[in-house]
Amino acid sequence: MGSILRFLKLCVLEPVKSGELYEKKAQIKLDNEKKSFEIPKIEKKDKGSSEEKKRKRRPSKEWRCIDSCCWAIGYICTIWWLLLFMFQCLPGLKVPEPPGTRLKREGLIALHPVVMVPGIVTGGLELWEGRPCSEGLFRRRLWGGSFTEIFRRPMCWLEHLSLDNETGLDPPGIRVRAVPGLVAADYFAPGYFVWAILIENLARIGYEGKNMYMAAYDWRLSFQNTEVRDQTLSRLKSKIELLYVTNGNKKVVVVPHSMGVIYFLHFLKWVEAPPPIGGGGGPGWCAKHIKSIMNIGPAFLGVPKAVGNILSAESKDVAFIRAMAPGLLDSEILGLQTLHHVMRVSRTWDSVISLIPKGGETIWGNLDWSPEEEHVCNSAKKKYQQDFDNNGNNSDSRRLFQVQEPTKYGRIISFGKIVSDLPSSQLQTLASKEFMSNNSSSNSNAACKGLWTEYDEMSRENIRIIAENKAYTMKSLLDLLRVIAPKMMKRAEAHFSHGIAENLDDPKYNHYKYWSNPLETKLPDAPDMEIYCSYGVGIPTERSYVYKQSPSGRCNSIPFQIDSAADGSENGCLKGGVFFVDGDESIPVLSAGFMCAKGWRGKTRFNPSGISTYIREYKHKAPANLLEGRGSESGAHVDILGNVALIEDVLRVAAGASGSELGGDRIYSDIMKMSKKINIQL
Amino acid sequence: MSLLRRRKVPENERTQVPDPNPDGNQKDKKIIDKKIEIQKSQKQQSKWNCVDSCCWFIGCICVVWWVLLFLYNMMPSSFPQYMTEVITGPMPDPPGVKLQKEGLKAKHPVVFVPGIVTGGLELWEGHQCADGLFRKRLWGGTFGEVYKRPLCWVEHMSLDNETGLDPPGIRVRPVSGLVAADYFAPGYFVWAVLIANLARIGYEEKTMYMASYDWRLSFQNTEVRDQALSRIKSNIELMVATNGGNKAVIIPHSMGVLYFLHFMKWVEAPAPMGGGGGPDWCAKHIKTVVNIGGPFLGVPKAVSGLFSAEARDIAVARAIAPGVLDKDLFHIQTLQHIMKMTRTWDSTMSMIPKGGDTIWGGLDWAPEEGYVLSKRRQRNNGTSEDEATESKVKHVNYGRIISFGKDVAKAHSSEIERIDFRDAVKGSNVANHTCRDVWTEYHDMGFGGIKAVAEYKTYTAAEILDLLQFVAPKMMERGSAHFSYGIADNLEDPKYQHYKYWSNPLETTLPNAPDMEIFSMYGVGVPTERAYVYRLAPAAECYIPFQIDTSADDDDEDSCLKDGVFTIDGDETVPVLSAGFMSAKGWRGKTRFNPSGIPTYIREYDHAPPSSLLEGRGTQSGAHVDIMGNFALIEDIMRIAAGAKGEELGGDLVYSDIFKWSEKIELPL
Repeated sequence: MGSILRFLKLCVLEPVKSGELYEKKAQIKLDNEKKSFEIPKIEKKDKGSSEEKKRKRRPSKEWRCIDSCCWAIGYICTIWWLLLFMFQCLPGLKVPEPPGTRLKREGLIALHPVVMVPGIVTGGLELWEGRPCSEGLFRRRLWGGSFTEIFRRPMCWLEHLSLDNETGLDPPGIRVRAVPGLVAADYFAPGYFVWAILIENLARIGYEGKNMYMAAYDWRLSFQNTEVRDQTLSRLKSKIELLYVTNGNKKVVVVPHSMGVIYFLHFLKWVEAPPPIGGGGGPGWCAKHIKSIMNIGPAFLGVPKAVGNILSAESKDVAFIRAMAPGLLDSEILGLQTLHHVMRVSRTWDSVISLIPKGGETIWGNLDWSPEEEHVCNSAKKKYQQDFDNNGNNSDSRRLFQVQEPTKYGRIISFGKIVSDLPSSQLQTLASKEFMSNNSSSNSNAACKGLWTEYDEMSRENIRIIAENKAYTMKSLLDLLRVIAPKMMKRAEAHFSHGIAENLDDPKYNHYKYWSNPLETKLPDAPDMEIYCSYGVGIPTERSYVYKQSPSGRCNSIPFQIDSAADGSENGCLKGGVFFVDGDESIPVLSAGFMCAKGWRGKTRFNPSGISTYIREYKHKAPANLLEGRGSESGAHVDILGNVALIEDVLRVAAGASGSELGGDRIYSDIMKMSKKINIQL
Repeated sequence: MSLLRRRKVPENERTQVPDPNPDGNQKDKKIIDKKIEIQKSQKQQSKWNCVDSCCWFIGCICVVWWVLLFLYNMMPSSFPQYMTEVITGPMPDPPGVKLQKEGLKAKHPVVFVPGIVTGGLELWEGHQCADGLFRKRLWGGTFGEVYKRPLCWVEHMSLDNETGLDPPGIRVRPVSGLVAADYFAPGYFVWAVLIANLARIGYEEKTMYMASYDWRLSFQNTEVRDQALSRIKSNIELMVATNGGNKAVIIPHSMGVLYFLHFMKWVEAPAPMGGGGGPDWCAKHIKTVVNIGGPFLGVPKAVSGLFSAEARDIAVARAIAPGVLDKDLFHIQTLQHIMKMTRTWDSTMSMIPKGGDTIWGGLDWAPEEGYVLSKRRQRNNGTSEDEATESKVKHVNYGRIISFGKDVAKAHSSEIERIDFRDAVKGSNVANHTCRDVWTEYHDMGFGGIKAVAEYKTYTAAEILDLLQFVAPKMMERGSAHFSYGIADNLEDPKYQHYKYWSNPLETTLPNAPDMEIFSMYGVGVPTERAYVYRLAPAAECYIPFQIDTSADDDDEDSCLKDGVFTIDGDETVPVLSAGFMSAKGWRGKTRFNPSGIPTYIREYDHAPPSSLLEGRGTQSGAHVDIMGNFALIEDIMRIAAGAKGEELGGDLVYSDIFKWSEKIELPL
């Protein structure tokens, strides 16, 4: 306060002085100066006067720094506000007309109720009951929103987001529940839309709370457990029935996204299965209530990313950080051990297992073969352009680019870059039994500071054997996971299955663990239903990994990590230890499109009633400039929900259009060719 | 701070770099240089001063603000509570914690039915002026838009004057989920305290449901437009099914009480008008209906609200600052706008007093006569009842809900000269053009009509209906298609199957569900509006021609007349009579309104204002909304939700004279 007063005094008085008393003051100043010039000389003589001067001067010197800070901050703030104001006043950048408005003008009107099923991670979670450390967070979002609690009390936050390691349900004394309603997943974080744009456009043609429903569920749980704990599936069933009845018996259009796709697949089986494990809707339920399912970015056959995640809690992004700043993530600075914590928490989430690639070597390829092997990475763009330019001889052009050795995508995990290229004859692999056998001595558990991951129970020896096994395909990978994370796999294998059914009529397939695997279930008997696979293409997507053993042998480090030093040639698909294929950044085309392209196309054993399927691909186009934000033509996994073409498709279907009216298939990728290569009994 | 810097710089230079050869000439030259320099710098100073000090000031404020914010964020969250406890002594355990220790567990699913005004409304489609408000709250929350674009806001909150539904091009819809009415505005709880306490014993989203509806619409219209009733039905069915067949406990508040009454009739009525749940739907799905502050028989406040868009609060504001509200200042005409808007809301008409003179009293009689607020307090404190003093108490004519002039309110009925207004010719439009775009139906009435209304002098509950019919014909025409205010002579009459009777407890029978229980919980001990003294507004041109006569005051300490309003015991909004009569008499035992003999209980909560500001809205409040934070009420509700019956709670808990008053009402049962 004193400084303020002093300052004001200076400010107000100074001009007066400088005006009226200018002459006088200048004189005085001159005098002063004369005096002060003499100071050095007469310092010793005239100590008294100089001290007086110092006293005068010192206080002003002391608060000068703070003041200039204040000034600078004020200056910045003012300029910031000014700019902000100017920005507001700008005559609105020309925003392209939202598809909703255009289609409304065309005369589209809300017809079929819409149900949205969010994917993993994007749904909000809120706290209903917690430990003392979470005081004041009742009904606040722990997941989604601004995530402020991570920074304030990270350990508390991790503790509350974990599930019980044995049951896969709530730990005692903690209840974290999904946020209900449209707000659950309209924005993931402030400003980061997920469903918001789609909702807004639907609203423009007349949708509102009564004919839209967000089927929020706790995405950490295994699918059947959402019913056991929260009755989420029953809720969804009742909501769909209600929507159907209150909207004049109009069937529902379901729009699941990402993991929501397999969640809804599970629901389709659940609802028709008899109680107690099913919903008891009877065999005609889907035919009666569902018009079409518009799967967006569907993870039908799983994502290789999930493997990297479970194995070493990392994916492309994490590996990249490690390459840029080695040691940052692994070191124990501040006792953070981020990755370990992330790993420990995410391993309690059963739902992650639902995303492990399904269909084994038949789908994902073996040591020497994979359906995508002809994919050419860097030339992807050129190829598409040529597709546009001369549709006729695109096969020739593709030959041209295919000069190099086909990438062995089938080896989802290889230890060392060389291994990933070697022909299989030169590889020595162990039978999976071998590395499962000696699983005895545990590492120094006490030294690990209470941070426990299942790796600590494995001996060095085991880890070495695993690494020596060199290359894993989808089949041996499951065995590997069983060794590495026995508890998690045990929990999860009661809920999920990753194989291919030999005989779908086998009564064992009535168990709910098969319901979310499209290769082990039949679609419901609903010939009028339509299934869309809508996904983005044109972004490099993780497909397989080059791993290495972690350098340090301390108990605290996760023993494997992606070998980010492994880079392929200019045109190769290997970058930073990760092999890429075409996809939407998270899900490879194969996983998203295969079921619609082949598995369910026509009348197959997976689709006995011949539900029609359509593939709608959306070519990725990066936003032209920063102002566009995440772009309106993006094909990325989440950003595609803001893709104008996709929104238009959804709106048209919701307003009553059928697949053929949309124009049937719309394909940019090689999905048809890849599917053809997959040898599966239909 | 460049000012200081600038001033100092020359000095610094000087002191730090002492002149190497301090010769006379050079020194002089230097001094001259300095002089010029100083001149320059001082000139610059005066230029920089203002902007710089502004910047400095802003920076200072920002810094202080950030520091405070930082400290606030660093503060452990239990700090405020700790401080409160230091000052006021230890707080009682919230009921949730207490009952959790007792071992209560979530059992019956709970459904909340919010009342009028407390539910949030959000925009789904609007006119140009509401750009950027998509899915933002127009009602509830911060009400920021009211200040930013008031006319736009009024336009969007209004309904269509003819249909009582959306105006073309505007869709405003209720917020759904618990967030709809947990907090009305930031920090102003409605259901939040109850929800938090229920969560302690294990309730969560799957066992709690907020039956939010658009409270502006008439009850049947919420079904027509939003299928809100179907939604409630489906949700209750789902919750009962997924909670192991445990029936639901319904907790309606305020107007939600009437809404749920309507629902209970609707759900059992055959489709298409009803929900087609069959005659035993309620028996199968509902354990208890816990009505909180229920205006079963309406509230007199609704009359003044409709008649002149004012209630006691506004009347007081007018008394304190006469002219502010009525002035044409800034073209605001606040009251007129509010009136125009609220008159499009059909739901307000659901709360017009029902039952006419039988319930609310005639010109010379009212069930509550002889009531003295202070006396009841004494009696509660333990002194015995004294019949003698009661008879001495001045006679208040509560039956006259509206009187023109204080004298009329007091005079005996034989002394009042009344001229019937019903046939009065309404004058031609009064200066419609000068009133700009604010149109209320009063402009259609003309001077003649207005005068006629005033000359009828006094109105009882039955006559109020005629008055409103006369004053606001359009609104009442809409409203009478949806609501009815009478008493049924013969409940078997098939006409009572129409939905307009469903929300009037005096014209419907309760469902056939003998195992169900009905609670009436409400606060008492707060003066509540019961009757009004009106006067003609001084300038009768563009203004609402009637207003509450705030000068009408009794000198008597004990008087119930204050600022033109007669008050009575109640919860500040709903008089005891309206909240308690049905449970005290109308439904008690097997009556014609309650053919299956559903047991009813009255639970009153005596109002105790919060002892200090720190307590906020108090934990023992009996006020209409604040009662939702009343610990005793919450405890009762939680016990019911965990399975207790009315008997186990202790049956009736009565502080007011409700049983005495009910006795005085002659109603064939």
